Amino acid sequence: MKERLQQLQQEALEKIEQANDLKALNDVRVAYLGKKGPITEVLRGMGALSPEERPLMGALVNDVREAIQQALEAKQTKLEQEEVEKKLASEAIDVTLPGRPMKRGNHHPLTRVIEEIEDLFIGMGYTIAEGPEVEQDYYNFEALNLPKGHPARDMQDSFYITEEILLRTHTSPVQARTMEKHQGRGPVKIICPGKVYRRDNDDATHSHQFTQIEGLVVDENIRMSDLKGTLREFARKMFGEDRDIRFRPSFFPFTEPSVEVDVSCFNCGGHGCSVCKGTGWIEILGAGMVHPNVLEMAGFDSKKYTGFAFGMGPERIAMLKYGIDDIRHFYQNDLRFLQQFHRV
Amino acid sequence: MFVSYRWLQQYVDLTGITAKQLADRITKAGIEVESVEVRNKGIQGVVIGHVIEREQHPNADKLSKCFVDIGEGEPVQIICGAPNVAKGQKVAVAKVGAVLPGNFKIKRAKLRGEESNGMICSLQELGVESKLVPKEYADGIFVFPSDAPVGADALQLLYLDDEVLELSLTPNRADCLSMIGVAYEVAAILGRSVKLPTIELQENDENVHNYISVRVDAPEDNPLYAGRIVKHVKIGPSPLWMQARLMAAGIRPHNNVVDITNYILLEYGQPLHAFDYDRLGSREIVVRRAKAGETIVTLDDVERTLTEDHLVITNGKEPVALAGVMGGANSEVCDETVNVFIEAAYFNGATIRQAVKDHGLRSESSTRFEKGIDPARTKEALDRAAMLMAEYAGGEVVGGVVEVNTLQRKEVVVTITLDRINNVLGTTITKEEVAGILTNLQFTFTEDNGTFTIAVPSRRRDIAIEEDIIEEVARLYGYDNLPATLPVGEANPGKLTPYQTKRRKVRRYLEDAGLFQAITYSLTNEAKATMFALETAEPIRLALPMSEERSVLRQSLVPHLLEAASYNRARQVENVALYEIGSVYLATNANELPSEKERLAGVLTGVWHAHVWQGEKKAVDFYVAKGILDGLFALLGLENRVEYKQAKREHLHPGRTAEILLDHKTIGFVGQLHPVVQKEYDLKETYVFELDIEALLKAEVDDIRYTAIPRFPSITRDIALVVDEHIVAGELQKAIIAAGGELLKDVSIFDVYKGDRLPEGKKSIAFALRYYDPARTLTDEEVTNVHEQVIKAVEQQFGATLRG
Repeated sequence: MKERLQQLQQEALEKIEQANDLKALNDVRVAYLGKKGPITEVLRGMGALSPEERPLMGALVNDVREAIQQALEAKQTKLEQEEVEKKLASEAIDVTLPGRPMKRGNHHPLTRVIEEIEDLFIGMGYTIAEGPEVEQDYYNFEALNLPKGHPARDMQDSFYITEEILLRTHTSPVQARTMEKHQGRGPVKIICPGKVYRRDNDDATHSHQFTQIEGLVVDENIRMSDLKGTLREFARKMFGEDRDIRFRPSFFPFTEPSVEVDVSCFNCGGHGCSVCKGTGWIEILGAGMVHPNVLEMAGFDSKKYTGFAFGMGPERIAMLKYGIDDIRHFYQNDLRFLQQFHRV
Repeated sequence: MFVSYRWLQQYVDLTGITAKQLADRITKAGIEVESVEVRNKGIQGVVIGHVIEREQHPNADKLSKCFVDIGEGEPVQIICGAPNVAKGQKVAVAKVGAVLPGNFKIKRAKLRGEESNGMICSLQELGVESKLVPKEYADGIFVFPSDAPVGADALQLLYLDDEVLELSLTPNRADCLSMIGVAYEVAAILGRSVKLPTIELQENDENVHNYISVRVDAPEDNPLYAGRIVKHVKIGPSPLWMQARLMAAGIRPHNNVVDITNYILLEYGQPLHAFDYDRLGSREIVVRRAKAGETIVTLDDVERTLTEDHLVITNGKEPVALAGVMGGANSEVCDETVNVFIEAAYFNGATIRQAVKDHGLRSESSTRFEKGIDPARTKEALDRAAMLMAEYAGGEVVGGVVEVNTLQRKEVVVTITLDRINNVLGTTITKEEVAGILTNLQFTFTEDNGTFTIAVPSRRRDIAIEEDIIEEVARLYGYDNLPATLPVGEANPGKLTPYQTKRRKVRRYLEDAGLFQAITYSLTNEAKATMFALETAEPIRLALPMSEERSVLRQSLVPHLLEAASYNRARQVENVALYEIGSVYLATNANELPSEKERLAGVLTGVWHAHVWQGEKKAVDFYVAKGILDGLFALLGLENRVEYKQAKREHLHPGRTAEILLDHKTIGFVGQLHPVVQKEYDLKETYVFELDIEALLKAEVDDIRYTAIPRFPSITRDIALVVDEHIVAGELQKAIIAAGGELLKDVSIFDVYKGDRLPEGKKSIAFALRYYDPARTLTDEEVTNVHEQVIKAVEQQFGATLRG
C-alpha cells in the first residue's frame, strides 16, 4: 500500500510537470485528488488495515496529497503567469509611432515681451495703466511740454485725424492722464504698455504701428539715482544678473535731465560683438526726470514732487532677444513666425 | 554738424587729446558724435607742384605734357589728362611712389609713348566728394593759390589730414550748430578756455546810411536786422584754408564773398546773406510778410509763389530774398559784383519753419533760424564778415551799421541750491564741484551759502530753469558717478486690475485651445473699416494718410485676421487658427475722441485636428468654433448666461451664423464666412467670431463657492424626441431644464438624427437626463414622476413625440 502511494505521488508529479496549460493541470487534479481518484481509493482500502497501521498510513496519505496539492498550486501559478505574459506580449505596440498631438497656440512674441516686463515691474510695486490710442493733441504733446510749434514735434511725424486729434505717437499721454487723475497727490507708480503710431513707411526697421512701454514714478523725494537703480534692476531681471547699465545724456522735451540708457550687451557680456556693433552696449531705453512743466500741467507741485519716467520699445527688445531681423514680422502674423515662440 | 578737428583747435587747445578721444568725451557729456571721419583715405606722397611748362602731347589730343617743379631738383615730366591744366599753375602732384585712395600706387609710366613721372590730381582723386569740389574745378584738376609753397604737403593745405566729427544734435542744443558753440562745449568738458576770433575792423569815413536804409514791417518775425556795406570787392577765390575748412564742414566753396558768409555761419552760427548792392534795385530794405501770390526766383533758379505766411526781404517793391531761407536770383553776388550789402538778422524760428515746410527748402541758414540762434552774436558776426571781406576780397568797409532792433533781451538768471541738486540727483556733489562745473561752462555765477545764482549766457537758449542747471551739473559730473538706488516711500503692492487679469486668462485659454495670438494693424481701407463690425459708426479717416490701404481706423478685427489667414494660405500654411484682442474705433462726434472698444476676434480654417496614422482627421466646422467659445464662457463663469441665436449677418453664411447674447444682450457673433467673401480672400471653408470682450470681462460673476461632492448615486434616463425640423436643440434643452426642476442636474445631447427612418420634415434629438438629490438616494418612482413631467412639457411646447 505504501508502495502504491509512493508510486501514485511519483506519477502525479510527473503529470503535473507535463501539463502545459491550465486545463491539463485541472485534469491531473481531478484524476488524482478527485473523489473517484486513486488516492481516495487507497483511503477506502484502509479499513483492512490494523489499528496500529491505520494512523501511520493515514499520515502517509496526507503527505502524498499535500505534496501533489503543492505541486499543483506551484504549476498553476507558473502557468497563469505564462498566460499573462503571452497576452501582454501579444499586446505590444510600437512606442516610436507619434503620439496624438495636443493642439496649442501661443502668445505673440510682443505680448511675451510685454508680459514679462509687466510682471517684472508689478513685482516692484507698479500697476499697469492703459489709455486711448486715438488721443488729443493736448495729452500727446502739450501736456508733455511740447507746445504747438515746438521744434521737437518734428522728431515724430504723426497721423492726425483733425487738428486736435491724432493717433498717439507714444504711450506718454497715459502718464499725463494718470497724473491728472491723481489730482496732485502722489505716489504714482505705473507702467503703460500699448500701441503707438507714427508716419513712417514700413520697412525692415520701421513700422507705422508699433508698441511702447513707458514707466512713471512720481512722489516726494524721487531721485535720479532711483531711476538708475530701477532700470539696473530691470535690466538684470530682463537680460541677466550680470548686466550693467549706463546713462548717456540726451534730450526729451518731457524730461530734464534726460538720458539714453544702454544695457551691457547680453550676447557678448560687453566685449563687443555684432549684436552691440562692437561697443559692448545696447541702447534700450530713453529716460529722465519728469520735467517740472509736465508735473505742473498735470496738477503736481514741482517744488514738492519729483519723478522719473522711462520708455522702451518691445519690438526692439524682442528683435534683440530673439534675433529677429525685420520688424514687419510682428504684424504679418505668419504662423511659421508665430509658432517659434511656443516654449519657455 | 560737421566739426573739423583742426579748425576747432583755433578756439580750444586740444593738446593731448585725439579726435577719437574727443568724440568719446563729447558723447559721454551729452552730444552724440555719430562718426569720426578720417579725411585722408590712404594718401601718401602728394605735394604742391609748379607747372613750369605745358605742351600738347605729341600723340594724344586730350593729353598735356607738363614739366612740374615738385621741389626735388629738376622739374619732372608728367602727362596730364585734365582739360584745365596750364602753365604757371600750382597743383597737387602725386609723386612716383605716392599712394592714392583705394591703394592706387603711382609708378613711373609711359603714356602714348611719353614718359610720365607722377600724376597731377583732381580733388576727387584725393578723396573729396564731387559735391564739395568748387564748380570751376569740377571737371579738372584743382588749382592752388600762387603762393602755395612748392614741395609742401598738399593734404595738409587741403585739410585732408584732418578728422571730422559728425555731431548728432538734439533740438535743444542748437548752440552747437557753430564752431564757437562747440568750442564752449569742448572747453567745458576738458576744463580749458575758449579763444574767440579777433575782430579788427577798419571802416572808411562814409556813412552807411547814405547807401541804404532798413525798415522792418514785421518786427515779430524779425526782431533784429543789421547790415553793412562793403565797397569795391574783387570777386575771386577765397583763401585756401577757408575753402579747405568749408569742404571739411560739408560746404562747397564758391567765391570769396559767398565763402565768407558761409564761413561765418559755421563759425558763429549766425546765417548771413550777401546781396549785390548794385543789383538790389533800390537803396532801401523793407522786411515784411509776402503778399499772397507774390513770387520770387530763388538762388536755385526756382520760381516760388509766396503766401502771407512767408517773410520776405524786399527792396521796397519786390522780394529780393526769402528771409532766412534763400536769397533771390535777382540780387545774387556774381563775378561782376563790386559792392556788397551784408545782412545779419534774427528771424523767428516758427516763421522760417513755415517757409521751409511750404517750399520744401531747407538750408544751413534756415536750420539755424528754426532751432534758434544767439542774437547776442549777430552784430559781431556781421563785423567779422565785413573784416574778412576787406581782407580777402579787397573790399572797403563803409562806416556804420544799418540796424532795426526791437529785440527784448532778458538775461536769464537761475537760482538753485546745492541741496536741490543733490536731492534731485541722489548724489553728494560738493559746492566746489558745482562751482567748478559752472566755471568750465563759462557761466557767470555767485555762490552764497550753498545757493548759486547763475547768469545764463545767451548762447545757451536751452537753459532757463533749475532742472536745466541740474542737467548741466549731472552730465559734466558724469552719469557713471551717479549712484544706483531704489525709490523709498510708501510701498504699494503692484498688481493687475481684475480686467487685466481676466484678459490674460482669456489669452492663455485661447492659446491652450489651439489658437495663436495675432497682432494686426489698426489702420485699414475704407471698405474694410466697417466689414463685420458689431457696431458701426462713421469711418474715422486720417487727415493725411500715407496710403489708401492705411487710411481709416478699423471697426472690426476680422478683416485683418482674414488677411492674415489668406497670407498664410498663400504660403502653404493651410491650417490657420488665430485670435486677436485689440481696439476698434467708433466715431462719436467729429471734435471728440472716438469711443475705443476692445474686441476679441478669431479666424479658423483648414484641419482642426489630425492624427492621421490612427485615422483621425477633423476639419474646422461651426461646432469647433462654438466649442472654443463655450469653453471661454465657462472660463469666465458665464456659461449659463450666454445664448446662441440663429442669425443672418452680412459677409457670413446665412444658415451657419449665430449671434451671441450675454444676459440677453448681443455681444458678438460666430459663423462661417460667406462663400463670396471666402473667395475674395482666397480661402477655403473658414469660420470667424468677434466678441465684445469688455462686456465679457466686466460682467459681474460670483466668487467660487464649494458645493458638496455627491454622496448618493444619480439616475440617468435617456429620451429621444422627434420634432419638426425647424425646432432647435437649444430651445428643447431649455424647456427640459425648466420642466426638470431641482432634481434634474444635467442635460446633454447625445444624438441627432434626420433621415429615412423618420417621416419627412422630422428629426430626432436624443437627450441624456441625469437626476440627483444631494440629500438622499432617489427612488425610481420619484425620477419617473419628474421625467414624465419633462416629456409632457416638450410634447406640449414643441409637439415632440418619443421616438419608439
